[in-house]
Amino acid sequence: MTAKQQYKRPNAVLEFFGRMTKAFSAKLGVILFVIIVLVCLIGPFFSPYDVNGIDLINMFKGPSKAHLLGCDEMGRDIFTRLMYGGRYSLALGLCSSLFGAAVGVIIGSVAGFFGGKIETFLMRLMDVWAALPGMLLCILVSNVMGSGFFSTVLALTVGGIPGTVRMIRGQILTERSKEYIEAAQSINCSSFSIMFRHLLPNVIQPVIVTTTMGIGSTMIMAASLSYIGLGIQPPNPEWGAMLATGKTQIRTYPHMLLVPGIAIALTVFAINLMGDGIRDALDPKLRD
Amino acid sequence: MSTNKEVFLSVKNLEVSYSQARREVRAVNGVSFDVQKGKTLGLVGETGAGKTTIAKAILRILPDPPAKVKSGEIFLGGEDLLKKKEEDMLDVRGKKIAMIFQDPMTALNPLMTVGDQILEVLLLHNDYDKAAGMREAGRMLETVGIPAERYAEYPHQFSGGMKQRVVIAMALACNPELLLADEPTTALDVTIQAQVPELINDLKMKFGTSMILITHDLGVIAQTCDDVAVIYAGKIVESGTKEDVFDHPAHPYTLGLFGSLPDIDSRTSRLSPIAGMPPDPTNLPEGCSFHPRCPHATDACRKGQITSREITPGHFCACIREGGN
Amino acid sequence: MSRYVIKRLLLTVVILWCAGFVVFTLTYLVPGDVAKILLGPEATEDVLVIKRAALGLDQPYLVQLGRFMYNTFIRFDFGDSWVFSSSVMAELLERIPRTLIIGLSGMIINVSIGTILGIIAATHEGKWQDSFVMVIAMVFVSAPDFFVALLLILLFSLKLGWLPAYGIDSWTGYILPIISSSLGAIAVNARQSRSSMLEVIRADFVTTARAKGQKESVITRKHMLPNAMMPIITGVGGGLAVMIAGSPVIESVFSIPGVGAYLLSGVNQHDYPVVWACVIFLALFTSFAILIMDLCYAFLDPRIKAQYSRGKKVKG
Repeated sequence: MTAKQQYKRPNAVLEFFGRMTKAFSAKLGVILFVIIVLVCLIGPFFSPYDVNGIDLINMFKGPSKAHLLGCDEMGRDIFTRLMYGGRYSLALGLCSSLFGAAVGVIIGSVAGFFGGKIETFLMRLMDVWAALPGMLLCILVSNVMGSGFFSTVLALTVGGIPGTVRMIRGQILTERSKEYIEAAQSINCSSFSIMFRHLLPNVIQPVIVTTTMGIGSTMIMAASLSYIGLGIQPPNPEWGAMLATGKTQIRTYPHMLLVPGIAIALTVFAINLMGDGIRDALDPKLRD
Repeated sequence: MSTNKEVFLSVKNLEVSYSQARREVRAVNGVSFDVQKGKTLGLVGETGAGKTTIAKAILRILPDPPAKVKSGEIFLGGEDLLKKKEEDMLDVRGKKIAMIFQDPMTALNPLMTVGDQILEVLLLHNDYDKAAGMREAGRMLETVGIPAERYAEYPHQFSGGMKQRVVIAMALACNPELLLADEPTTALDVTIQAQVPELINDLKMKFGTSMILITHDLGVIAQTCDDVAVIYAGKIVESGTKEDVFDHPAHPYTLGLFGSLPDIDSRTSRLSPIAGMPPDPTNLPEGCSFHPRCPHATDACRKGQITSREITPGHFCACIREGGN
Repeated sequence: MSRYVIKRLLLTVVILWCAGFVVFTLTYLVPGDVAKILLGPEATEDVLVIKRAALGLDQPYLVQLGRFMYNTFIRFDFGDSWVFSSSVMAELLERIPRTLIIGLSGMIINVSIGTILGIIAATHEGKWQDSFVMVIAMVFVSAPDFFVALLLILLFSLKLGWLPAYGIDSWTGYILPIISSSLGAIAVNARQSRSSMLEVIRADFVTTARAKGQKESVITRKHMLPNAMMPIITGVGGGLAVMIAGSPVIESVFSIPGVGAYLLSGVNQHDYPVVWACVIFLALFTSFAILIMDLCYAFLDPRIKAQYSRGKKVKG
């Protein structure tokens, strides 16, 4: 046996996953999320209906065998639209959160690591940034950028950055003062190596947790944006946009409103359960 | 421990375990001891031997879950504390039995003035009005050597040693009959460590309190205790008067403890620490818990339970070897 | 202490300037000819030129920015609406109370109910009360507030007919908006309160209090809660900011003429003085919420207070 084999750790990813799914709620979250993602990705290929196929005979039809979740105001199959819309909603949530986390990590690390004037400047910038609450910035940026997918991602990202930056910087400040950093410095580690080999791995855990939780809240924000007429717009089947259309029929055909609403809530619910699971799995205090 | 003296607190066959992720951590495994009125009993043992758990079990302030008292009796003045109702225990805690905690840095509420924290226990067990209580709290501060003017200061304005004094003042405020001192010197600087046992001794004399002193520091025991019980893996392996245990140690573990101490008089070039590690409390060895580390272990030690024998009057040892060494 | 407050107020002023700069620049960057949008596609070039000159749109960016900053922060005048030619300030002042009623009552409900639920969950950790509160909280964290609002309308207005579905003709019109905008915040706060209570529930000083013979209920109130309060305050302040920022959505669901709805109409109609005014008000409100939160810390924690009075800068 070579030394390398001998000292091999058990597969970290598998081990982490096992720890994470120990709780029933986290298991439920993962299963729900996987089902939702699979249905949204693969489902449309099996749907007999076109996402924008207008069918005036079936206008406002309630759920039936042919149309599982009924039809909307143009007779389009809501289930099919829901699956296509899910792609938008999930992609928006994932891209914006990851993008936001990446930018946040970079700014936060630079501020936390270099300190001094750079830090003061960046943190004041974040103060100003955070004085405009996320949703407001989203509305303003979305207004400038228009309603495409990438402009919406950008709008959603902008709102989340100050929070990530503050958290990262806080974490780095705590870690930077710990003795293993001094130990690394004392054996002549380059600051680059200290940053990437020692500091980042130790501050990345809360980022993972916040980013996961952030996917859910970003999806809600994306839906809100579509709902008030910014972001992704009809006839694109984004869930928030479907909700906005459904609202106009609230008195007569509530299924048009309930279906996308429940879809958003269920997806965010699954993501949040996973987030909780990840947090518990990463929290060393709860480990045994 | 001789029986002709007045027994004040008697612990019989106490067993406590913690449940940790479906595993059982057996922290205390059938501990029995007596504390005599006005005397100090020292509980010595390594970290994790179950000393603090015993103290908290006596006050019934173990966090439940995960901790559970599985069996045993704790008699105080003829009453079994473990059978008392929770609301009756409130009158025992702080009034009859008080506790000094290990870490003065975290034992004080950071958001309350030190005076108010002493006042809290005073008002709970006395019929003072607030003004009288505050005067008394100030007097308690003076008693432990802190000027009463510092009543309105917060814990963060005090040094570690001063905080420990506050904790002691809090514990002694209601003249408890029994004091549980849990490693009162461990968290302090060496320069201050000596002062605390002295202070406790003085106060004990003044108030005539009985005490259980928990420590891993044999020096502190020598300074303050009348009787000693040595704990290993949740069991008492040797007990007796301080003279019995210090001058005629019998159990190999006790001997090991003394062997780990530097001695100024003899010119030993090397300390002889006890080999090995304390056992995993979720998986205690069969037979005598100490046998994996014991230089004299025999097959008998690995199998049957070793019961405690009285080797000289009042001096008990849980080892099958005649006379221990 | 007062030095700290003054310093923070000055910082708030600077932050507002920057917020003004940001919002002005963002509206400046919106593509399209505002004059054309305002006057419609039939407008002739002559009319457009006059309109642009009237709104100052023919000036270079820096001149426009300077005039905006001068008017807003020196003269405290937001000017007239480009669409309705009425004073933005007057309209804003009329709308502010409506938004504040919803936000502040939401916050009060949030502080009382959310915190208590969190404490109940924490003190019953692992028991059914804990699971019950946490499951409910998770549901409301996950449901978008405007969807909850629509469900409430569906149930209480359309099915049961108890409460109005929109407008604020009577005070009953406020009930559903307050509930739907605060449910999410309550859920977040309950989760936050639970976890920060759990942090202190095992703290040594709590054991000390138990060893004194103190009653469990008093320990919770006197020792645990104050020490768990800091993250809870942060959460509540953040929740208020989120509620206020979410006002465009909730106000548009319930057709409430508040600041949020005003902002949205400004955005949709390219009525930028309205957008500037609304955003600056909302930023001002958020900054004050954060300032009050920080002062609460000092009030609660003698260590932070000591830091402030020593005039030291507080990191965070």
